[in-house]
Amino acid sequence: MILIHCPYCDEKRPEIEFANAGQAHIARPLDPSGQSDADWEAYLFIRANPRGRHHERWRHIHGCGRFFNAVRDTVTDKFETTYKAGEPRR
Amino acid sequence: MSGFRLKTGGRIDRSQPVMFSFDGKSYQGFAGDTLASALLANGVMLFGRSFKYHRPRGLVAAGSEEPNALISVNRGPGRFTPNLRATGIEIHNGLNAFSQNRWPSLAMDFGAINDRLGMFFPAGFYNKTFMWPRSFWDKVYEPAIRKMAGLGDAPTTEDPDVYASTYAHCDLLIIGAGPAGIDAALGSMDSNKRIILIDEQDELGGGALADPALWPWLERSIKALTNAPNVTILTRTTAFGYYHDNFIGAVQRLTDHLPEIEDRPREKLWRIRAGEVVLAQGAIERPIVFDGNDTPGVMLSSAAKVYAHRYGVAVGKAPALMASHDSGWHDIFALAKAGIRICAIIDVRESVDSALMHEADRLGITVYLNHGVVGVHGRHGVSSVDICDYADQRVRRVDADALLMAGGWTPSVHLWSHSKGSLKWRDDLGAYVPDQPNENVHCVGGCSGDWDYGTGAVIDMLPTPKDQSRIKAFVDFQNDVTAKDITLAVREGFRSIEHIKRYTTNGMATDQGKTSNLNGLQIASSALNKPVPDIGLTSFRPPYTPQTFGALAGHAKGALFQPTRTTNIDSWAQAHGAVFELVAQWRRARYFPKPNEDMHAAVNRECVAVRSSLGIFDASTLGKIEVVGPDAAEFLNRMYTNPWKALEPGRCRYGLLLREDGFITDDGVSARLAPDRFHLTTTTGGAARVLNMMEDYLQTEWPDLDVWLTSTTEQYAVIALQGPNARKVLEPLVQGIDLSPEAFPHMAIREGTICGINTRLFRVSFTGELGFEINVPTAYGRAVWEQLMAQGAQYDITPYGTEAMHVLRAEKGFIIVGQDTDGTVTPFDAGLDWAVGKKKPDFVGKRSMARPDIIAPGRKQLVGLLTDDPNLVLEEGAQIVADPNQPIPMTMIGHVTSSYWSETLGRSIAMALVAGGHDRTGDTLHIPMPGKTHTAKVTGTVFYDPEGARLHV
Ligand SMILES: [Zn+2]
Repeated sequence: MILIHCPYCDEKRPEIEFANAGQAHIARPLDPSGQSDADWEAYLFIRANPRGRHHERWRHIHGCGRFFNAVRDTVTDKFETTYKAGEPRR
Repeated sequence: MSGFRLKTGGRIDRSQPVMFSFDGKSYQGFAGDTLASALLANGVMLFGRSFKYHRPRGLVAAGSEEPNALISVNRGPGRFTPNLRATGIEIHNGLNAFSQNRWPSLAMDFGAINDRLGMFFPAGFYNKTFMWPRSFWDKVYEPAIRKMAGLGDAPTTEDPDVYASTYAHCDLLIIGAGPAGIDAALGSMDSNKRIILIDEQDELGGGALADPALWPWLERSIKALTNAPNVTILTRTTAFGYYHDNFIGAVQRLTDHLPEIEDRPREKLWRIRAGEVVLAQGAIERPIVFDGNDTPGVMLSSAAKVYAHRYGVAVGKAPALMASHDSGWHDIFALAKAGIRICAIIDVRESVDSALMHEADRLGITVYLNHGVVGVHGRHGVSSVDICDYADQRVRRVDADALLMAGGWTPSVHLWSHSKGSLKWRDDLGAYVPDQPNENVHCVGGCSGDWDYGTGAVIDMLPTPKDQSRIKAFVDFQNDVTAKDITLAVREGFRSIEHIKRYTTNGMATDQGKTSNLNGLQIASSALNKPVPDIGLTSFRPPYTPQTFGALAGHAKGALFQPTRTTNIDSWAQAHGAVFELVAQWRRARYFPKPNEDMHAAVNRECVAVRSSLGIFDASTLGKIEVVGPDAAEFLNRMYTNPWKALEPGRCRYGLLLREDGFITDDGVSARLAPDRFHLTTTTGGAARVLNMMEDYLQTEWPDLDVWLTSTTEQYAVIALQGPNARKVLEPLVQGIDLSPEAFPHMAIREGTICGINTRLFRVSFTGELGFEINVPTAYGRAVWEQLMAQGAQYDITPYGTEAMHVLRAEKGFIIVGQDTDGTVTPFDAGLDWAVGKKKPDFVGKRSMARPDIIAPGRKQLVGLLTDDPNLVLEEGAQIVADPNQPIPMTMIGHVTSSYWSETLGRSIAMALVAGGHDRTGDTLHIPMPGKTHTAKVTGTVFYDPEGARLHV
């Protein structure tokens, strides 16, 4: 069972305390109604499927409840880093 | 030939005889024996029949790598365990063990005909033979193959045993307590580290247990470790899997070795998180591949040494050794030391260390160098062996009643590989050894390739002058894979060991190829004329040895599989004969049958009571979220489809929640208690999901909003009081709230007290009748419920369950999210466009309502269905077609989502999702069912009181 560092609790905790919340750094457009169909489709459905470094969101759902971002290697399943929501992409 | 008990020696307790049975026959062993050593001491050589050819098989090993001697143990009803290795079963008085895969008996097995037909069972036999016809696989081929080619029988009754589990944390975890593991523990014992030392056997020592010279050291070491307060020793414990971040799964066997189980748990699952791991799992001796190497009595030389020195058992009166490695010579010298006469040493090498030759000479053992075994005589046991002089190809016969194989050593890298550590090939060992770690772990002793057993030749199989197509030289004993099968796979074009493995099944049995993988690799390497590292390596995966489902499940079974959530009123429902159903994890009263009432009668009565007088319903399971803060209204305005900012305190609103893709995900009535405070309700099953979704938007998209979300689902008991007499019952019990229709209209909320308890009183209705939902602190739920029952008796107040609730809401066309919607239904599809704030610039899902797919014609839309036969209740989930006369497969245009008998209307009602449904009003649609096609007319979804006159009273 992987240990995940929660940047809010600043502790490594077992993965069963966390829930994955999909790819990170996909901001909701400020004006959804102004989006073209293609742009809106990309926002809703188009996701990366990288082999290697992947930016994704996790929630410490059975802990502090906060959403945060992580860089995880999809091959080794190792977490490279985690950081708070709103911080720049690493 | 047969084994026998030596007069002296071994670690068994000869003062403690143990009686047990094998295949119904009684035997005697001693405390400290395994089933394998005790049977061997009794002259038993035949332990089982092989998987495919049903060949007679005996012991190969003395440890958990044993491929042949798979045994079932029966401890009474539900306590039947198949596929245990005889080498790991500690005998106790009353042990009841059975051989497997034979009929009618081990010595006379009908399935052995497969062996005579062996030429018809080449590699890939099943793939090639049972391809056609395809439809025969499930019903004919597979059941027949399973019957003939299975391992042990699966248990058929529920397991009555209890299994414990625990978590443990340590600084240093040492897996394997042979000399290397014990040394590692002794070396760290004086630090402050918390140390766990685990071993799969009943006592510590590993290989040292078969070396009496090491016993004084072993005794001292165990004493020191046992006395160290920072060292935890777990014996009979198998580390079966190595997971991320030094997380190790291990199972400790607690009662299988005891004559009486009592009330103790059978096994305990340890989940261990270790700072550092030391793997000291040792190495496994490799069999040698030659014709007849599976005859009972042919076994590993290291195993013979273990039987002699640990258990005081000779494997035969005159064993011979077939070696390609020095270690076999040392083993055979140890047997000689135990008083066993050795008849020959055969070594494939042209020369060996002179010290070995001198010792053999001193002990009077005949040595044949540059020789190899090319045949074994005897079917149920070895009688003699044919050996070939490779110098002149001359074959001679050597009398021996056991043949020991010493083919070199394979480091046990199983757990290292689980941890994703890399491996490197060592030509001198003919084996893979650990290279780069992926966790904080290192290997010591045999599993690192570090041993003092001497050197050896790396061979694929023994050369033979015989016709290769006529011999059976086994590589994988448990899956009956021969050298010929592997060369055939190569001839047929397989190049990667991963493919050869799957085609031949080499290494795919329950032992994961502990004794066969490396020999299989060498044979494939020779056949392909490529070095071993170029054809790859198959991966090891957990478990290291098979484990029980019981240990893995632990307490998570039966009632403890998942929590059952109950309301404060649940105990009242139980006492009043409710029939329950599970909704999400909640236990809810489905209906309250009176004596002799079936569900249909009870639900009809409950529905009529609500419509004609008064019903009472436990709605406590509704999800509830308290939304508080200066921006609470703005937040809800962005989340829900409808406008919230203008909602006055004291009023309620039906809220519809979409996902960003525009599809309905939840709904519920919510109330504004104050400008900065809302009481939200969600569906019973959606509460956690909705809160998660709201937190997501609040934390990551709109962190500027000052809003707090708190789950209050379990803080309130909710009692729905529904029916024309609801107000009359409430009036005497409520203080501080004017219940008159003018002061307290439909879709309003008031705070006051009921029976002296603080309440949030909603005037809402999910039935279409005058209704109230009384929220009180959970602990008061049942007390208030009972007061309402007493007060309502004059109106024949009737408790109703979820089934009547469903009928009542369907009569009014109220949807259940998840039943009448399926995750692809928009507000417009569901006829809920009235709940969408058209003027709002944005809300979650708004942009998607203009997506091309969603505005396209022909979407499935929610409609009512009235069957032409009013007595017919359609089946929920039934498919709908427009034209029943079209050819099969018909084009299905939708399905029934809700369908009930309405006692109030005296007929059946249904809702359905139908393509273009809103434009089909009045059309007749067809519902094909087995035997008959039903017809129904499309209607609106509101079947009762469409004007809502009954609500506003
Ligand atoms: Zn946290």
